[in-house]
Amino acid sequence: MSTPDVRVLPGGEPGPGPGAEGPGPRRRRPAASPGTSRAAMVQRRLRSMPRFWVGASILVLMVLWALFGNIPNIYGPADQDPFALSQAPSLQHWFGTDRIGQDLYAQVNSGLRKSLVIGLFAGLLGTAIAAVVGSVAGYLGGKVETVIVWFINFLLVLPAFYILLLFAPALRGLSWVAIIGIVALFSWMVTAQVVKAQTKSLRDREFVKAARFMGLSTPVIIARHILPNVASLLIVDATLGVVGAILAETSLSYFGLGVQPPDVSLGTLLAAGTPGAVTRPWVFVFPALALVLTLTATSIMADALRDAIDPTSGAGRA
Amino acid sequence: MLSYILRRVVNYVVLTFLATVCAYMLTSAFMDPTRRYQGRNPPLDPESITRTVDELGVNPDVPVLERTGAWLHRLVTEGSFGRTIHQTDVLTEMVARAGVSLRLLVVGSVLAAVLGVALGVWGAVRQYRAADSVITYASYVLIATPTFVGGVVLMILATRFNAAVGEQVIRFTGAYTPGVPPEFWPRLADTVSHMLLPTIALTLFGAAAYSRYQRSMMLDVLNADYIRTARAKGRTRTSALWRHGVRVAVIPMTTYFAYSFGTLLAGSTFLEVVFSWNGMGQFTIDAVTQSDVNAATGAVFFAAVLVLISSTLSEILYAALDPRVRS
Repeated sequence: MSTPDVRVLPGGEPGPGPGAEGPGPRRRRPAASPGTSRAAMVQRRLRSMPRFWVGASILVLMVLWALFGNIPNIYGPADQDPFALSQAPSLQHWFGTDRIGQDLYAQVNSGLRKSLVIGLFAGLLGTAIAAVVGSVAGYLGGKVETVIVWFINFLLVLPAFYILLLFAPALRGLSWVAIIGIVALFSWMVTAQVVKAQTKSLRDREFVKAARFMGLSTPVIIARHILPNVASLLIVDATLGVVGAILAETSLSYFGLGVQPPDVSLGTLLAAGTPGAVTRPWVFVFPALALVLTLTATSIMADALRDAIDPTSGAGRA
Repeated sequence: MLSYILRRVVNYVVLTFLATVCAYMLTSAFMDPTRRYQGRNPPLDPESITRTVDELGVNPDVPVLERTGAWLHRLVTEGSFGRTIHQTDVLTEMVARAGVSLRLLVVGSVLAAVLGVALGVWGAVRQYRAADSVITYASYVLIATPTFVGGVVLMILATRFNAAVGEQVIRFTGAYTPGVPPEFWPRLADTVSHMLLPTIALTLFGAAAYSRYQRSMMLDVLNADYIRTARAKGRTRTSALWRHGVRVAVIPMTTYFAYSFGTLLAGSTFLEVVFSWNGMGQFTIDAVTQSDVNAATGAVFFAAVLVLISSTLSEILYAALDPRVRS
């Protein structure tokens, strides 16, 4: 955060502030210097970060598996094999079967897909709300800030998960799509607080003042000068938000309050597997592995991305 | 500074009160306590069901506002949260259960905060070295693991450990063993043995998240000009890091502690259920699954008071660390 001037310009060139904005609206970057654009810098840094590629590859593989992994399997997630109850993994049932003969490979596959969809949408939605609310509160200050802070505090007095719990009985009749909205609605507050605090410290910096005195409107200043400066925070948080949303969904489902039958998610599978975890480990271990592997890969990718986007903590730092 | 903190406390108390009332209205509107009595064989007399829910003040046929009014009146005049659907007093039940939960929460959150800050600072200072990588990858895996999965894994490991030692060293079912002699030492040993796994789980999960944020904050601070200035004027690296680095990097953490406390609370709720502790966690889950309006409101009140206390503590810490707040 100490050298924001590198990052505030939309094009990303570290040039003299006002002049670089340029009078022409369709200013083109010289093709001879591809290495100075922001995207190119991020790409170059990512190239030297193997952990980003490790995380991203695992995540892509898990997503592809969730989408297409069940094609070679002859069993669907709802099929029952009455001749194979509580069986260990075998050539017939790759991840084994549960007590009523359902194929765990197909179930974990279907559960991961549901959890991924819920987590992705809820996480991104939550971070978007946080970015807008936090930066508006921090930038405008005054009455707007007071009202927003009060509202956030009000929501935060009740831990988000308790509100989710209270809403959960009402969700029973609705589809799993409602879970996305509920998880997103109650997961943005902490990030909004941090964004607000960062914005307040940026508000009085020279480059923001310069933009203001040049007559840029508030939404433009927030979008171009404030948000890019909290981008590293937002990216880490959007990714952690996806992780958090999947965790919230699995936790709700684990206690029978989230995804309802006939839908399966990793949470319902873990709940079903817990009683037999010691004697029939496969009913617990496979859903747990799918969950932890996906979420770990996502976190690792996010962290590498943070280091690549934030020049002050990049690999080139002494 | 005192008036600042007092103002915040009053603010939080008002919020807690409003949140509890809102929670009551929310639960009243969404939960149907009569469902518990329906679909039985032989069917219960509808009149006796109505009488029961009327006595509890949770009849869903009465308008929500009217019920809230009656509930508020009883809260103010008698200081009572009403009775649970098992006909026990909500407050008495909560007082009896709170101790177990608080023990886990307080020990767990303090250990998590200390460990998280220490690991985060260490990781930032040793960025990309072996220690940083180990901390980083360990915390990735932990953040990616739901608390209940961690709890079950710890239980499996403890079963293996006990089998290997050939003795029941780690006890993990319930908060204590019934029938332990009431003397101080056996009691303490038993309690510690039962607390071990849930506390380890809660500490690790909290510390993993804290260390990520602390490392992130610390990296930002390490790049700041004032650290270079401190070094230039002759401070040693260690001294500059402690006096100018850690102190600044911890300030945003105090806010984060307060607001992530809810996550810890939820985590400890799950751990209590996984380890069969008869604390507030089980009480909360039971209240929600059994559509017990009065008990659920009580559970929310308990959580809100805990958040109030942790927020106040973090405000005090913030004021102590950041001179700008004091003026």
